[in-house]
Amino acid sequence: MSHQHLEALDVAAIREEFPILQREFDGQQVVYLDNAATTQTPDPVVDAMSDYYRESNANVHRGIHHLSQEASNAYETAHDRVAEFINADGREEVVFTKNTTEGENLLAYAWGLNELGPEDEVVLTEMEHHASLVTWQQIAERTGATVRYIRIDEDGRLDMDHAADLIADDTAIVSAAHVSNTLGTVNPVGQLTDLAHDHDALSFIDGAQAVPNRPVDVKAIDADFYAFSGHKMAGPTGIGVLYGKRDLFEELDPFLYGGGMIRKVTFEDSTWGDLPWKFEPGTPQIAEAVGLHAAVDWLEDIGLERIQAHEEELAAYAYDRLAAEDDVELYGPDGSDRGGLVSFNLDGVHAHDLTSIMNDHTIAVRAGDHCTQPLHDKLGVPASTRASFYVYNTREEIDKLVDALDDARQLFA
Amino acid sequence: MGLGSDMYRQQILDHYKNPRNYGELEDPTFTHIGENPMCGDEIRMDVKLDDDEETIERVAFSGDGCAISQASASMLSGKLHGKTVDELLEMDRDDVIDMLGVDISPMRVKCAVLAEKVAQDGAEIYQGELDVEKTTTED
Ligand SMILES: Cc1ncc(COP(=O)(O)O)c(C=O)c1O
Repeated sequence: MSHQHLEALDVAAIREEFPILQREFDGQQVVYLDNAATTQTPDPVVDAMSDYYRESNANVHRGIHHLSQEASNAYETAHDRVAEFINADGREEVVFTKNTTEGENLLAYAWGLNELGPEDEVVLTEMEHHASLVTWQQIAERTGATVRYIRIDEDGRLDMDHAADLIADDTAIVSAAHVSNTLGTVNPVGQLTDLAHDHDALSFIDGAQAVPNRPVDVKAIDADFYAFSGHKMAGPTGIGVLYGKRDLFEELDPFLYGGGMIRKVTFEDSTWGDLPWKFEPGTPQIAEAVGLHAAVDWLEDIGLERIQAHEEELAAYAYDRLAAEDDVELYGPDGSDRGGLVSFNLDGVHAHDLTSIMNDHTIAVRAGDHCTQPLHDKLGVPASTRASFYVYNTREEIDKLVDALDDARQLFA
Repeated sequence: MGLGSDMYRQQILDHYKNPRNYGELEDPTFTHIGENPMCGDEIRMDVKLDDDEETIERVAFSGDGCAISQASASMLSGKLHGKTVDELLEMDRDDVIDMLGVDISPMRVKCAVLAEKVAQDGAEIYQGELDVEKTTTED
């Protein structure tokens, strides 16, 4: 994909909004390349949250007083802002969760546990995060449903012929990652959704690694459900989003029960409140919603297309630099159509050792299975090292990563 | 560029590259396997006791994993020689870290103690005090 017409990011100016990037350990400035795990939070987001606590803090929905009105307004408006951001039809389609994992579980419990049976199939991909894989495995075990996995090919892309075979009349739901957190593969989620709909199945898209770094339009994908996390998109921890089509959300029973989500309660029975509050019982994460709102504003100010171009550029640069090293094994597709991350292994050095050595240079990368153990089994490695990028990263930082490989080679030679 | 952290001192790297007592015993008194699921480290410890059924006569280990887990297993296999099973069971993680002689960063302690835990669980299973198929180290 070419983004040549887009103006490059002013990374130096962006970095000024992240004091944490100036931190030093043992006199070395941190090189933060663990953004697929969590991104750093810019000052405007931190400020929005602290302003909320300093000026507007109160419980939402139930208060008549000024502060509660302000807090309620801020909390509800955050839903509208997120809806606009992903092109949903209003706040009714935007449920705030704790994170992507909770979004997966919400649907799996509220829908899967009630609707699935022994004749049903749940279709996942081999590159699913444990958030989806483990959740659907458990629900399948309890309902007797069968889980099937769409294969990946040698390049780490989904085998769409296999997808077309697997997704059939027994399929009840297709749940797929939009962007793989291990391979960086960008999956054709619109096509998967079409296949699901052709067979009257639902589609659930895990957008944890997509929403932070590319424009996402849930209508264009036609996804029935779409989940993501605030802390991976310059927002705070503790808040995530589950998008759902309004008519589907309306049919669905709540997952958690309590206050703030009901219309009428008697000693015998209760009826549920309006969307999206029906899925948000109890005191919600109000400051985090304010922070998420600010993060969305911040990202759109920069422009998601420019962010995507920046990430693709860094990913391609990192991929090429690492691919030029004979003793480095890379996973996932080459070329530029990958998310902003690269997973790899250095021959003869365990990923944990390599990552410890990187840490000696204050380079923050991640080692392990990245919550995709079955995928690592398939790749035939117990673990990999993953470098993942965001708006504030530079080519120089990737150079430092590649230089540090020499240190590992010398130690382990 | 500095040559790496304190964690990768010569001794650790030497044991990693030239593991001592690597392999399997022909007639172990007990054998046990364990893993660090998050790291993919896996270690098998074979222990042969003397006729007194108390004193450790030989130890061998095998498996795969990071330098810290493998070096720890290699060093432990030598250190246990001549000790009693009770002495093995009395060891704790500080003993392992002392043995390694380097600072182990918190996230890597699991790697460091894997071999010790596998040997200890193996001994307890042998004594009939524990019933697990495989040891795993969680946090
Ligand atoms: C693809 C994918 N799905 C789900 C998750 C889970 O996100 P969270 O931990 O915020 O629930 C992650 C992040 O680790 C991810 O990368």
